[in-house]
Amino acid sequence: MAAKRNSASKVRPNKKFLGYDLPGVKARELTGKLIVIEGADGSGRSTQIKLLVDWLEAKGYATTQVGLKRSSLASEELERAKNGNILNRTTLSLFYATDFADQLENIIIPSLRAGFIVLADRYIYTLMARDLVRGLDDKWVHNLYSIALQPDAVFYLKLSPEKLIQRNFMKNHTLDYWESGMDLGLSKDMFDSFVKYQKLLSDKFDEMRKSFDFTIVDSDQSVDSLNQELRNHTKKIIN
Amino acid sequence: MKNRKEKTFSQLGYPGRLVAVEGVDGSGKSTQIYLLKRWLEMQGLKVFFSEWNSSGLVKSATRRGKQQKILTPTTFSLIHATDFADRYERQLVPLLKAGYIVLCDRYKFTAFARDTVRGCSPDWVRKLYNFAALPDLTFFFRAPLDVSLNRILQGRPQLKYHEAGMDLGLSDNIEESFKLFQGRLLKAYAKMKTEFGLIQINANQPIEKQQELVRDRLAKVIDIKGYQLDQ
Repeated sequence: MAAKRNSASKVRPNKKFLGYDLPGVKARELTGKLIVIEGADGSGRSTQIKLLVDWLEAKGYATTQVGLKRSSLASEELERAKNGNILNRTTLSLFYATDFADQLENIIIPSLRAGFIVLADRYIYTLMARDLVRGLDDKWVHNLYSIALQPDAVFYLKLSPEKLIQRNFMKNHTLDYWESGMDLGLSKDMFDSFVKYQKLLSDKFDEMRKSFDFTIVDSDQSVDSLNQELRNHTKKIIN
Repeated sequence: MKNRKEKTFSQLGYPGRLVAVEGVDGSGKSTQIYLLKRWLEMQGLKVFFSEWNSSGLVKSATRRGKQQKILTPTTFSLIHATDFADRYERQLVPLLKAGYIVLCDRYKFTAFARDTVRGCSPDWVRKLYNFAALPDLTFFFRAPLDVSLNRILQGRPQLKYHEAGMDLGLSDNIEESFKLFQGRLLKAYAKMKTEFGLIQINANQPIEKQQELVRDRLAKVIDIKGYQLDQ
């Protein structure tokens, strides 16, 4: 399932699945583009996606947006499960995978077939990183998500945990239980836990870079200059 | 398929034991596991019974998916794996650690059969479930297809959409689709017999005769005297 790192700027001729083909889907019929934005809460993902959509639509491209926990199949129960903290790690992992697969098959693939540009606010990489820092088996996690479509580009918005904290506080003056990884018991102090957890995730992303094809983008810059950088990368894919 | 690394609960050193029954709908396996449960309970043993597709929270998502017919082979597989994982992590494993005999009406072999018949990769599905240990004993109730079909079609004429495999598009007629689907499942089970060492029970013989075979076999593999309550 490994992709070459240096192919970031090249146009990939055909879509393919990371491992197993989904039943009934011909990857070569998927003529649209799949662009993934990864990064922690506070790294600017949603702002950047909104700006990319404006820019793409102005150029006449049709877009679709997907994200985690947005499926019609599992999002409601996932939300309840998170609020009650009642599911164990394998179960939660599989539930997220269900939510992902539902969107993959019912939104992403039909959109790509129709020639849309799909912007994914997080993709399997966040889900994998979360599972892996929780100690789930590496091979098991890779197999679970081997049904995913390989994106045309993955932009990882990178920001230090310290800066992430500042941005989270600017937004709502509070840290999220799960985004702080409180279920891992890294620290009873939420601030410490957040910093430690985000560091673990960031290390995981660095590791995954070796087998998946990420473009790392420094998020510590102005909204506009960051978006310009993303546009420049995106141009290579859509032209 | 190389799955031989997977171990049973006994091999993993759990004090409890897990016994599963498998087979197509109408094979009589639920009756047999009920009688097995009664037999063990009446001896004052620590017994727990668990059914496929029964975890509270996940079930509501599964129900919606089935009602709205939005499930694909992959999400069908994943949502059932989620349900299984929930029961496995919160119920089966703790009870097995506490030394219970856990009886499962269907275990992961049901998923292997159904999901691969629906078109999922056999390798992917097996790996998906490899967080779960193998049962210490698995009975596969096997009857000729027309026998199990008759049992279902006589007793319960209202077939459910997914149970009949209507999502596979084998036939527009629900009864015809059910027959074709069950036939494919039976073949899938038969293939797993040697792969996982399932113990085949001829389900086309009197109920009490089958139960006798099951009890004998269980008593050989599990020293049931060691599972008394209040020890």
